[in-house]
Amino acid sequence: MTDSFIEAPTPEEVVTLAQAKFPGRITVRKTAVRRVSLTCDRDIIHPLCKYIHDVLNFEQASSVCGVDWVDHMQVVYHLSNYFNGVMIEINVDVPNDDPHIDSVALIWEGADWHERETYELFGIIFDGHPKLERLLTPQNYEFFPFRKSYKLRGQE
Amino acid sequence: MAEMWLTMGPQHPFSHGLWTLKVLADGEIVKDAVPVIGYLHRGWEKECENRPYPLIIPMADRLCYSASMTWSHVYCKVVEEALEIELTDRTKYLRVVADEICRIQSHLMWLAAMGTDLGNLTVFLWALREREFFLDLNVKLCGQRLTTNYPRIGGVRNDMPYYFERDCLRVVKRFEKAIWNIIAMMDESAIVVSRLKGVGVISRKDAANYGLTGPTMRGCGVDFDVRRDDPYCNYDQLDWEVAVCKEGDAYGRYRVRIEEMLQSCEIIKQAMEKLDKLPKTDPTRVKVPKNVPAGTHFARLEDPRGESLMYLISDGSDRPYRLKVRSPIFVNVSASKHLVDGVRIADIPAIMGTIDMCLGETDR
Repeated sequence: MTDSFIEAPTPEEVVTLAQAKFPGRITVRKTAVRRVSLTCDRDIIHPLCKYIHDVLNFEQASSVCGVDWVDHMQVVYHLSNYFNGVMIEINVDVPNDDPHIDSVALIWEGADWHERETYELFGIIFDGHPKLERLLTPQNYEFFPFRKSYKLRGQE
Repeated sequence: MAEMWLTMGPQHPFSHGLWTLKVLADGEIVKDAVPVIGYLHRGWEKECENRPYPLIIPMADRLCYSASMTWSHVYCKVVEEALEIELTDRTKYLRVVADEICRIQSHLMWLAAMGTDLGNLTVFLWALREREFFLDLNVKLCGQRLTTNYPRIGGVRNDMPYYFERDCLRVVKRFEKAIWNIIAMMDESAIVVSRLKGVGVISRKDAANYGLTGPTMRGCGVDFDVRRDDPYCNYDQLDWEVAVCKEGDAYGRYRVRIEEMLQSCEIIKQAMEKLDKLPKTDPTRVKVPKNVPAGTHFARLEDPRGESLMYLISDGSDRPYRLKVRSPIFVNVSASKHLVDGVRIADIPAIMGTIDMCLGETDR
């Protein structure tokens, strides 16, 4: 079955189509006007993003960011559609002892630097990224400053 | 001819801040470019995790000195979404006026910088002169020229003074005439036009894929504006148009910004009319609790430079657990490799000038 291209999917269509494409792998956290929040498994993030980009026409990755939940890491994607202003938020949990996730930088080139930033600040490794190097901090840093284990003054 | 790496920056007349563009040049032609940023990285997001919510507003101002109003606005907006606060109409229109003043003065700053980049010093002086009037409006509204510290969580710091509407409309009226002098100065200068036209062309599809936003993206033909397509603060109740230019070259991006300034004037006038009809006694600020309930929220709005987005994770305490800033210029500058690909070295300032660099928000 080939997926037919949809120029401006509504939040409901996004949820139905994504769940039909990846049955049982996506949890919907909430939907609102022009907003969809999903949680998905780590191993389907690349095919899911490719589907969202190619079929659901989300042309831009607004941001990719990391979160340190102490017991695990999380990568949060914000994807936006230019035809109706819908934004998808995807949360993916990444375990602390194996912080790897597939890169989406080849789908959206705009995600390239966001992933580099997330790598240098949280130590999450994006597999398949074209150039995963430190961007904002000096190359010789050996720690990841945005992890909760890195304390600021007044936080100790 | 042998290829050679040229380092433009961190101190270079075209860079408008501390960043470096490493350019692989084959004679005059650019083969590859690598932007290097990070000179101003100060851990802004981490620093916020250590501060109570209201104390982050002045920090948000300092993300970008010429777009301080929109940055503190987007921060207040995300906290309001977490607190589920609905603003009063008066507050919304006050924020619209403040944001559009900010947009005009930011674009004028860009125009001034663009003028010097292209060797047109008169434009620099004229644009900065017009900008002063809008900065004076900032002073009248919130007591500061640049780091305005005006939006508050749940409203704005103060209502406008009684003379503000008169002064604001006067400045706008004056500006709508004065900008045509500047436009003429740019468009009738053969040097400026020939340096802008046809350089740095980006197609619509690529602009979306590279993550370009704001005037840079609309100059490439993407018809999207957060103010219209994902409306906030009653922008949908005002009658204005999104400036889009299909050419995709530096000149198109220049024209989009000029048109945006004129549209902002229109928005200010209409918002002032709306404010006039609202009762003067409406509150401009509501009381908000100190602690924000646990949850994740994001808010985005149209910054002068593009789409700014903040993603907030609150854990029920009086400090954010994580606050992520999506800076428009951070993404726009990452596309500079494609913007300058195949052009001559002398065209780089003209092309990079049209993305309106601001390093405070890029490096955070």
